[in-house]
Amino acid sequence: MAEEHAALVAEQFDDQLQQYQTATLGMWIFLATEILFFGGLFAAYTIYRYQYLPAFEIGSHHLSVLWGGTNTAVLICSSLTMAMAVRCAQLGKKKPLIAFLFVTLIFGFLFLLIKFGEEWRHEYLEGLAPGVNFTYHGPHAVHVELFMFFYFFMTGLHALHMIVGCGIMITLIILASRNYFQEKFNAVEIAGLYWHFVDIVWIFLYPLLYLIGGRFPH
Amino acid sequence: MAEHVAHVERKRVYVTIWIVLLCFTALTTGVAYIDLGSNWNTVVALAIAVCKASLVVLFFMHVRNVSERMVRVVIVTAIFTLTVLIVISFSDFATRKLIPPPPGLRQASHIVVHHLGEEQ
Amino acid sequence: MGTASAATLPGSGEEFHLHYLNVKHGLKAWLLTTDHKRIAWLYFFTTTFFFIVGGLAATFMRLNLISPQGALVEPETYNKLFTIHGTIMIFFFLAPAVPTVLGNFLIPMMVGARDVAFPKLNLLSWYIFITAGAIFLYSVISGGVDTGWTFYTPLSTMYLNTHVLSAAMAVFISGFSSILTGMNFIVTIHKMRAPGLTWFRLPLFIWSMYAASLIFVLAMPVIAITMALVMIERIFHVGIFDPALGGDPVLFQHLFWFFGHPEVYILILPSMGVISELMAAFSRRRVFGYGFVAFSSFAIGLISFIVWGHHMFVSSESAYAGIFFSAMSMAVAIPSAVKVFNWIATMYKGSVSFEAPMLFALGFIGLFTIGGLTGVFLASMGLDIFLHDTYFVVAHFHYIMVGGAIMGYLGGLHYWWPKMTGKMYPDYWARISALIIFVGFNLTFGPQFLLGVLGEPRRYATYPPNFQFLNIMSSAGASILAVGYLLPFIYFIWSAKYGAPAGPNPWGARGLEWETASPPPVHNFDVTPVVTHEAYDYEAVSETVAVS
Repeated sequence: MAEEHAALVAEQFDDQLQQYQTATLGMWIFLATEILFFGGLFAAYTIYRYQYLPAFEIGSHHLSVLWGGTNTAVLICSSLTMAMAVRCAQLGKKKPLIAFLFVTLIFGFLFLLIKFGEEWRHEYLEGLAPGVNFTYHGPHAVHVELFMFFYFFMTGLHALHMIVGCGIMITLIILASRNYFQEKFNAVEIAGLYWHFVDIVWIFLYPLLYLIGGRFPH
Repeated sequence: MAEHVAHVERKRVYVTIWIVLLCFTALTTGVAYIDLGSNWNTVVALAIAVCKASLVVLFFMHVRNVSERMVRVVIVTAIFTLTVLIVISFSDFATRKLIPPPPGLRQASHIVVHHLGEEQ
Repeated sequence: MGTASAATLPGSGEEFHLHYLNVKHGLKAWLLTTDHKRIAWLYFFTTTFFFIVGGLAATFMRLNLISPQGALVEPETYNKLFTIHGTIMIFFFLAPAVPTVLGNFLIPMMVGARDVAFPKLNLLSWYIFITAGAIFLYSVISGGVDTGWTFYTPLSTMYLNTHVLSAAMAVFISGFSSILTGMNFIVTIHKMRAPGLTWFRLPLFIWSMYAASLIFVLAMPVIAITMALVMIERIFHVGIFDPALGGDPVLFQHLFWFFGHPEVYILILPSMGVISELMAAFSRRRVFGYGFVAFSSFAIGLISFIVWGHHMFVSSESAYAGIFFSAMSMAVAIPSAVKVFNWIATMYKGSVSFEAPMLFALGFIGLFTIGGLTGVFLASMGLDIFLHDTYFVVAHFHYIMVGGAIMGYLGGLHYWWPKMTGKMYPDYWARISALIIFVGFNLTFGPQFLLGVLGEPRRYATYPPNFQFLNIMSSAGASILAVGYLLPFIYFIWSAKYGAPAGPNPWGARGLEWETASPPPVHNFDVTPVVTHEAYDYEAVSETVAVS
């Protein structure tokens, strides 16, 4: 969404307020499409969960609440640092801006590391990766595979958004170090909206995938 | 500078929200280990998730004091459309078994299958 | 003329008029442009190309159906032909045509802006669009795909060995192009309006483009994710939609039609907006019931999201859901009828003239009404079980999409062609073309209603001999229709070179786009216009308008 550095206000706009509101609205509409993009998956998940609840519970109990919960905390922390980065950009404080962006990026990497390096690797080795390495033969095997597919696809799509987010963070850090945001904080704020949105998706994925139907012994 | 364009939130607000979000995460994880009976675990987990998401939207994403009012309409529209997608498609699956097949149907479908078999 | 713009004069020559077409030359200036007017032309050429490809596929189908045994191609090839025809026409011609050509060109001008809100995203969306188109053409050239444009599972994921992956990929990618376009338009209409241009002073074209953009933004993501699921099921053989592996094929239909039905309204809504403009301009009257017409666009957009189940009456859908979908599908007829009645009421006591764009508009009203009413038949559950997947359905939606959407597109193209190029076209030939298209269209698709009622199923390369007469009639009509479509190609190209200069406002129409030069300057208006009056204020200012 970032218009280029040349002028404070791009040529199609009258003033900075109009440009600011336009960019904000544009980003929110994009996020609305993202809601529907993930929404198709949530709809499919809801219907299958209704139809095959026991199988989905078995599948869910193979996931690690410890790592899922840790990742939730990691993302919430990254949201705080992102919000602080936006604040620094608004106030025109360059050094803390770069610092907060950097910490946000580190949290992002940490999330991805846990997701791929610990969880996915583990589930793959356990033979729970549908279509690639699925060796589970317990009760409801067919529908457990369906659950595991949704787990991999939804967390994978989310992780893809995280990777894009990390790319955006790196771009922002480079731009900020070149004083790009001394005059314009818009891009940081818009990127912040995206980052928080990805956080919200995870806030729903965590209970839906990891905590489904409770973790108490049945 | 452009402070006039956006409202700058106080640091303390962000930190408070952050702590509340972490508490909610601990809460939702803890509740999952308690048997609340029938579907209540799911309801509670989703309710907590909705609270967390609302906090992020209102405070971290500045919807509480956004300068562009349309943003709220956009959010409501998207959530409404998503609800339509989930609820209506779900209602199809949920109501399918409510109507028993008409008495002749079983027989009729046998005849069709038989007939097709003959043609091949 | 109100704030008629003076042509920008670079010093010497009085004759030289600097505008968006001659400001820069060369391929690079076009391929890297962020000017919404040039991007409209980029879309015009690409969508026209896809129209030709899709039209060729239809030609082969109609030729094949001359004989009951199939005159031309094998059944497998026929399956590929109707898939190519459907996919290209819907995703690569109808959905983008009016929004990205007329919408791109006109929305910023109608709201009095210098450009759309995000010019770079606008260009990006064109590149995404041609990437998607190229991928689909690849799947056609490398052997074709025969799923039908609906990609029904498990046929598409488990049973076909054709190029489903690349075709699904093309649809997946094209969705993002539409999302960007829709997002751009919504923000432009919200934030870029000229001073004084309140919501109820906006032209009705803007209202219907807004409703269509809303559908773009809300429905396209769902088809994108559904196509992603189809691709993954095909690659990894996981049973998302395959009953043998625990999935549910009806769920695919839900997700597909949640997008698919609103998509139909994406096709027709922009054309409805065009018709509102044409009715006002050629009746010299304000559109009757402006508010009703404006809000009926939104009502159509809203209801379009809760009717999708009428495609699934025979797919084991719950009868309760069926009742709901059936009722809602009938309800969508109400806002559509509101529009038709108001257009007709606009002509009443207006000084109606019958230039070519108006003929297209009148054709639209007739054909759309037939298409809409037969849609009510199909919305009723009992009748749909009888008519489902017959030629009745084919005729119905062609009356909406070809008779409605394309008629509106052609009407709009003829109406704004002088603005886009600065040249007039021969009105006589345009009227002939409108007439030929109307006659050819009815000859092509009228008989298909009868075929459907008689029981001919769609998507078959062969049919029982007793259907041959009506099929030949349909094929003959198609050839007339083709002539009708060919004519504009000829006279538009002719007019671009030899057409008489159009002047800023050849129709004596109202609206901001007519208050600037033809072709418009790079930033549309030399001075940002200030709007002080309602849209279509023909009565109020008739004395000041120079009628051509």
